Amino acid sequence: MLSAVWLVPALPLAGFLVLLLLGRRLGDPLAGWFATLMVAASFAAGIVTFAGLLAEDAEDRSFTFRLFEWIHVGGFEVDVSFLADPLSVTMVLFVTGVGTLIHLYSIGYMHGDERYPTFFVYLNLFAFSMLVLVLGDNLLLTFLGWEGVGVCSYLLISFWFERNTAAVAGKKAFITNRVGDWGFMVAIFLTFFALGSLTYAGEDGILERAGSLPESTALGIALLLFVGAAGKSAQLPLYVWLPDAMEGPTPVSALIHAATMVTAGVYLMVRVSPILEQADTALTVIGVIGAATALFAATCAVAQRDIKRVLAYSTISQLGYMFLAVGVGAYVAAIFHMVTHAFFKALLFLGAGSVIHGVHEEQDMRRMGALQKYMPVTAATFIVGWLAIAGVIPFAGFWSKDEILASAWQDNKILWAVGFVTAILTAFYMSRQVYLVFYGEARWHERDIKSPDEALAEPEHEPAAATAAPGDEAEHHEGDPHESPWIMLVPLVVLACLSLVGGVINLPWWLTLEHWLEPSLEGSLHELEVAGWIQVTLAVVTLAGAIGGILAARAVYLRQRVPAERVEPPVLQHAWYVDEGLSAVVDGPVEEVADGAAAFDRRGIDGLVNGIAHVIQAGGSQLRVLQTGYVRNYALGMAAGAVLLLAFFITRASF
Amino acid sequence: MVDDTWYLILSAVLFTIGGMGVLVRRNPLVMFMCVELMLNAVNLTFVTFSRALDDVGGQVVVFFVLVVAAAEVVVGLGIIVSILRRRPGATADDVSLLRG
Repeated sequence: MLSAVWLVPALPLAGFLVLLLLGRRLGDPLAGWFATLMVAASFAAGIVTFAGLLAEDAEDRSFTFRLFEWIHVGGFEVDVSFLADPLSVTMVLFVTGVGTLIHLYSIGYMHGDERYPTFFVYLNLFAFSMLVLVLGDNLLLTFLGWEGVGVCSYLLISFWFERNTAAVAGKKAFITNRVGDWGFMVAIFLTFFALGSLTYAGEDGILERAGSLPESTALGIALLLFVGAAGKSAQLPLYVWLPDAMEGPTPVSALIHAATMVTAGVYLMVRVSPILEQADTALTVIGVIGAATALFAATCAVAQRDIKRVLAYSTISQLGYMFLAVGVGAYVAAIFHMVTHAFFKALLFLGAGSVIHGVHEEQDMRRMGALQKYMPVTAATFIVGWLAIAGVIPFAGFWSKDEILASAWQDNKILWAVGFVTAILTAFYMSRQVYLVFYGEARWHERDIKSPDEALAEPEHEPAAATAAPGDEAEHHEGDPHESPWIMLVPLVVLACLSLVGGVINLPWWLTLEHWLEPSLEGSLHELEVAGWIQVTLAVVTLAGAIGGILAARAVYLRQRVPAERVEPPVLQHAWYVDEGLSAVVDGPVEEVADGAAAFDRRGIDGLVNGIAHVIQAGGSQLRVLQTGYVRNYALGMAAGAVLLLAFFITRASF
Repeated sequence: MVDDTWYLILSAVLFTIGGMGVLVRRNPLVMFMCVELMLNAVNLTFVTFSRALDDVGGQVVVFFVLVVAAAEVVVGLGIIVSILRRRPGATADDVSLLRG
């Protein structure tokens, strides 16, 4: 049963190839159904693998499926083989599970788009790359998948490349990720140099041998891997691409930029946790950056007006939580939060997509309001997602966030405090979004709300990917908001159920996920040693904070006791002016330095090379007069040479 | 028995005549014959020393020179004849296409 693991990435790959060749012929919506079927089949293969692992004893739950020999050079041996262990299978299940739902949703969402089949080609390629990343049994194969998802992310952010903002956002994501990939690559070199292997599991694997690493080397590897993870998972200071990535179609935002790809960094950290354990400093750095990112992004999310940008900053913030968990050694909590976050954040994004659809491609929350009446299913599911991310008991987010905060309390009270403030802010900005979108007055006819800085804060609106039947074109553009078709609502309902009950996978009393992941985290698992009553107190305090945040948002946005402008200062609307600052630096000093370097290259380097060539050319044109073409001249030269040689031998040679 | 010195003097005279002929004449055929003259002057030297030193090696070298000269005549005459056919009365200076 375990051998089914190779089918997990193979099926989306097959889907990608078939759609690449026949996508246009299949057309809309058959291509979408086919892609969905492939990912669903991959999910089924994942379940078979999962069952296979369950049948084994806990200690034996690590299975390597060797597909073929890849690179064998000297002592460097890398195979294309897949590692099925509790950690990777957990990732496989939620990647393919959430992926299937989002594929299904896309069938409806992308309906009517010009490049409908292409979209699913990219989505299947993404699923394949992500599964290679997760299942790869060595760092190099993981890196291959890592680059693959990066490419798909680029292609899908710029899917509507006719819009300049989308094309630019794709480039921004790709280039920012390159910085992180540099760190990952150097970490791979260093790992091979220090340990002589890149394979994770087994006796010769890097995880077994991590204990023999000197602390400085472990620190180097850990920090460089974290640079890679920070790029992919949008941590400070490499987070700048994720808010702009919202230029992509909404299902892409849900699948790649919320649920799966951006969590790859967290997965990598957990995978190499034995190495992190050798370097305490690295863990501290990861924890601090994670906490800082969580707080920073949460403050930005408070004042965003675009419905998707709020969710983007929220994603960055929640990823910060996961890195905070990694930093305090709570690897299981990080994975737990990753899974629950995938449920509720995918739900929120898909809900946002449904809203955007319903109000005719409008993304500004100030032109929404009172949508609950018009979109009851979307509103109900969105509210479930809201309560889950805000951390209200008994929704999924409550349990995972609480576990992270308890671990943070055990490790470092300051990190806990930052996490706690972030939790309050999270509840606040999500409530703000819900109240602005679904409650209050209807504002979708007010076409003229414009602020002076409009151009900067608002991305352009998504082009029509119409769900409405051709008959009601006119209604589609002018009339009241409408509920989305069933094919988009089914994933919403399923994800809402998962967000509601997702916490059961690791309830504090049973710790199912922790026991399940134990074999993968051998040697790096920390017991939570916080006393029971402190845990309960922390949970109550966090819950009170979350409810406080919700009530504050209610006072501002629903009751309007305080004008909204007071809590949305421009500095937060502009996300602390980071993008503007970067632009100023890059357009100013950096460009001058680059110009200087270009001038030096032209004059200095090129001048040197061209100068040498000029000297040789001039010398050659002087020498060419010697070559007259007259035989007599050459004969004279030979005769003169012979005479000289003769003279030399006569005078110097001893007879 | 003629003294060896006379043979060497004759050889030197022949070689000089040939060398000067190559340098000063323009007619390709004449230049070519002068080259042959130089070769045969050298042959004469070899034969002289072969007899004087009672060593057959010198005579063997002469055979080699004769063979090479024969081959050279075939190639050289072929070129010269084809040049003269295209341009009757051409001198060696007319053939200077390789000027730099």
